[in-house]
This record gives sequence, C-alpha cells and structure tokens, in this order.
Amino acid sequence: MSMMAINHTDNPPLIELQGVTKVYGTGQAAMHALRGIDLRIDEGEFVAVMGPSGSGKSTCMNILGCLDTPTGGAYHFKGIEVGKLTRTQRTRLRRFYLGFVFQGYNLLNRTSALENVELPLIYRRVPASVRRARALKTLETVGLTGWESHTPSELSGGQQQRVAIARAIVTEPAVLFADEPTGNLDTARSREIMDLLSGLNQDPGITIVMVTHEQDMAAYAKRIVHFLDGLVALDKQNGRAT
Amino acid sequence: MLWTTILLALREIKRNVMRSFLTILGIVIGVGAVITLVTIGGGATAQVQQQIASMGSNVLIVTPGKRLGPGQSSNTPLFKVSDAEAILRQVTSIAAVAPVSSQSIQAVLGNENWSTSVTGSDNEFFRVTNRSIRTGRQFSDSELRGGAAVCIVGETVCKKLFGGQASLGGNIRLEKLSCQVIGILEAKGQNTMGMDQDDIVVIPLRTYQRRISGNQDVARFQISVQQGASTEKAQQDIRLLMRERRHLSPSDDDNFNVMDMKEIANMLTGTTQLLTALLSAVAAVSLLVGGIGIMNIMLVSVTERTREIGIRLAIGALESEVLMQFLVEAVVLSSLGGLIGIVAALAGSVWLASVLRVPFVLNAGIVVIAFLFSAAVGVIFGYFPALKAARLDPIEALRYE
Repeated sequence: MSMMAINHTDNPPLIELQGVTKVYGTGQAAMHALRGIDLRIDEGEFVAVMGPSGSGKSTCMNILGCLDTPTGGAYHFKGIEVGKLTRTQRTRLRRFYLGFVFQGYNLLNRTSALENVELPLIYRRVPASVRRARALKTLETVGLTGWESHTPSELSGGQQQRVAIARAIVTEPAVLFADEPTGNLDTARSREIMDLLSGLNQDPGITIVMVTHEQDMAAYAKRIVHFLDGLVALDKQNGRAT
Repeated sequence: MLWTTILLALREIKRNVMRSFLTILGIVIGVGAVITLVTIGGGATAQVQQQIASMGSNVLIVTPGKRLGPGQSSNTPLFKVSDAEAILRQVTSIAAVAPVSSQSIQAVLGNENWSTSVTGSDNEFFRVTNRSIRTGRQFSDSELRGGAAVCIVGETVCKKLFGGQASLGGNIRLEKLSCQVIGILEAKGQNTMGMDQDDIVVIPLRTYQRRISGNQDVARFQISVQQGASTEKAQQDIRLLMRERRHLSPSDDDNFNVMDMKEIANMLTGTTQLLTALLSAVAAVSLLVGGIGIMNIMLVSVTERTREIGIRLAIGALESEVLMQFLVEAVVLSSLGGLIGIVAALAGSVWLASVLRVPFVLNAGIVVIAFLFSAAVGVIFGYFPALKAARLDPIEALRYE
C-alpha cells in the first residue's frame, strides 16, 4: 500500500487537516479545543500524537476518526471533505476505511473473541463462512490462536487488547486509530502490544495514528506530533526535529 | 442480515431470562385473556344458538301481567284452562297449546330428597318444549281428566332420587302427594339461561291444581306455532283474542304478555356477544400495559448497553442498523409473549370450556390477530428506545461508564 502512495504523487494525501478548529459551547462558556491544526499524514506512516491532558489530542483523534466534525477549517480524508458528509456517510467511511483501538479495549462483553473480531465484517455484509475464516486468520496474526472462544472476562488485559487490534485490522483498514492502546497495561504487556502495532505498520503496511502520553511507547512510532493548547507544538520524525 | 439480527436479539433475551419473562408477562396475559375470552364467548354463543335450534320451532309464551320486569300490579287475573282451549280453537296458525303451572317442591324418595321444579301440564307440554319420553309413557286421557297421582321425571331428578337407576312404577312424594313414576324424559341439558332443564317433575295439570296449588289458575301457556306460519301474526292474533277474553277496553294496556322465545334467545345471544366484546376490550388494555412494560425494559437495556452501542457505531454500524437491532429485539420479545400467550390461552380455553360446559369453538382469526397485535406492540413500544439507541453520540457512548 505504501509503495503505491509514493508512485502516485498527484493522489490526494490520506489525511489532511487545514486550519481545523473545534469549539465546544458558545459565548463566554465557549471552549476552544482546537485552535487551527494543520496536519498531513500519508499512507504507511506510524504517527504518535502526544500532549498533556486538555491539549486537544483526543478531540483531534475524534475528528480524524470521523466520529466528530471540525467547527472550522477542513479535514480531507482521501480527498473527501469529511465536514461536509452526513452522519451516515461518515459511518460508511469508518466502516470501510477506519479501524479503532481504545484504551479500555471496548470489546463486547459475554461475546467470544472470535465473534468480537467478526463484528465489523457483519456490518460489511461479509458472508458468514468468509467472515469466520478471516476472523480466525486475524486472531492468528495477533497471536491468539486457541483463545477464539474465550469471552473478554476470561482474557488478560493484553489479550483483550490483542482482540481489539484484531477487530480493528480484520477489515484491512486504510488507517488504524489507537487511543492510548497501552494505557491500561503493564510495561511488558505494553511492549508486546507496541511490537504488534509496529509489525502491522511494516507488514501489511497499515497506517497507524496513535495517541499516547508515554515517551517509551511513542518511540515505536516513525513520527511524533506534540499538541499543546489546541495547537501542534512540535512535529518531528523519529527523534529528529523538523 | 435480518436473521443475524434476530439471532442476536434471541441471545440478548437469553442473557436475561428472568427479566425477559417478566417483561413479556403483560403481553402473555393480554394475549391469553383476549383469546380465552373470545373462545369461551364464542362457545357460549354457539351453545345459545344450538339451544335455540333445539327449543322447537316458533315457541310463544303467554304470561299474565303487563310485561317482564317490575311495576306489575298484583291483581292481574291469571289464566284458566278455557283460555288455552280458546286459543287453540280460534287462532288458526297454532299447532299446540300447553297450559303450564309450576313451583319448586321438595321431592322425596325413601331417604333421598331433592328440590325440583314440579310442573303441571298435559301431553302438549312435551310437544311444545320439543322433548320426548325416553322410557315409559305419556299421560293417558283418563289420568289427565281425573287428576291421577302419576308423574314423568327428568334425568336429573332420576339421578338424584333413584341414583341413576330408572325405575318405573315407583312412588315419589311431592309434599302430601305421593305419585307413581310412569315415564322418564330424554335428557336436554341446560337452557339458554343456564338452568338445568332435566331438573323437572311433570304431573297432570288437574292433579297440580287440586293437590298442590289448590286453585283453577294456570300460570302460563307455552304455544307452538305451525311450521311455516308467521310467528308475528300468531302473536298478534293471540293478543287480540286474550284482550277480548279479559274484557279490556281499547284504552287499557295489555295485562298479559305474549313473548316469542326466539326473540329472547336472540337477545341473549346479543348479550353474550356484547359481553365477550367488552371483556376482550378490557383484556386488550393489558396488551397496552404490556407494551409499556416492554418500552420500560428496552429503555433500561439501551442505557445498560450504551457502551456496546458506542462500539457498534464507531466500528461502522449505521443509525438504521442500531435502530433495527433494538427494534427487532423488542418485537422478538413481544412476539414471544404473544406465542406463550396463545399456548396458555389454548390450554386455558380447553379447560374452561369443560368446566363451564360450553363447546370449545376456536376462532383462528383471533389467534392470528392477537399474535400480530403483540408483534405490533413490540414495534410501537420498541421504536422510541431503539431510536434513542440509534441517536447516541458514539464518542459520548464510548466514554459511558
């Protein structure tokens, strides 16, 4: 996927934010979460978004993930202006192009790992037999062969996050958004998850945008974007400031 | 996709078996009550119609007094046997007239006693009331003329006094009158008003007048109109004749009443049907209450599963798909209630029909309607909670604890 992007330079970038602002509330109570973000992410990148609480990184992630729309400015996803889409159109965009991994795993309770991974394929109308095969293969990719029939409560935190990652990548998304994926895990488990994400970024080359506040985890990314007070404070490639 | 959604709904219901059952109890009771009432009501109506048919054709009853109901003067003259003879002679469309008097009397045989209706009449009584003698014989002319101490008993009396063993020639005692049993009537069952028509002892009218009432009066006439003749015409002719015989001036009201049994029976059928409809309407209200119960639980369910809804929306479930999921769940719940209600109603109706001794007349239409109605309740009361689920903001829903 990444090779193709390089060959077609006239293609629109995967993600492009231009002067994006987000304001909650109105008048005196108005809260400016984003004050004008310019950000471009190309296919194949592994971006870590960092910043203190209230810096706007979560708001930005919600907008990037098409769960929310900007108040001002423009967000183009594959050249499509997301702010002009209806709620249903944004849902379709998520369904076909985006994958999500959350800090709290957010798996369906009392539902087996396999069925959790199958869920996004159900909404894509993938036939049952194909669905099962793909879910099994993806669970194998994240190293959970043999745990398919276990429900989230029977899995460790690290295993639950692996199921969540499997669920996010089973649809072969254009971008995987990870919101503090290691926030609830100990260091050893965190490193395993980061190794997994890093591996997925290399092969099959999934673009990853990850929010984290841990320097160690951000180090796995190829690029680090720092947020501060609703603005991009720093944008550097793998340790080298730009 | 719909099948997947139904399976999902069934699984969700199975997760909370107790709660689901309590939720649909209202629907179960509503559907069950409506079907049971309509079935039993239909049975009762069928029974009434059956009785109308068995009552014999075109029966008129003439009673003294202004009309049915209160406000009758006590000095209304009663009938005499001569009135019956006059009616038979002068109203041409009449087939038979039975003068009838009756009262409730304790019948005694040895140690057994049984309070029954003792009726004084003649052989025309059997013809007019469409009854036949199972064993024994009718009254002979000399018995009727002479007021002999003989009687013909009904099935119930036979059972209570003789213990089911019909024994002709035995004597039973009615107050001071000891009379010989000469016949047993064919069983007839309950009449339209639910009275046992076999709880009867028939004796000659003259015997009744001499030994029981002690006067020459006749309480009523039971008349059968000739086949094919107009009942209304006969009714009118009898009325005019009786007015003349009772010396009523044109300005006087009738001091007697000529009733068509069929009219009464039809009125009773109408009453039964109206009652069935009213009771069913009351039962249908519980379907509505059941629907509110479903809405309540679905709202609770949506709140409980806010996070799940958030996950589904984030992953790519459309609003319409989430709406469908919860709507299907509500409909599956209510339909399940409907199905259980139908099964309960069928069992209940069969049992009630046998207890109340009415025929079991299953109305397939009402079963289908009740089921569709229960499903509709699910759609109507499940829509609002489902809409609430579909409208959730995925960001908020994912944050929900």
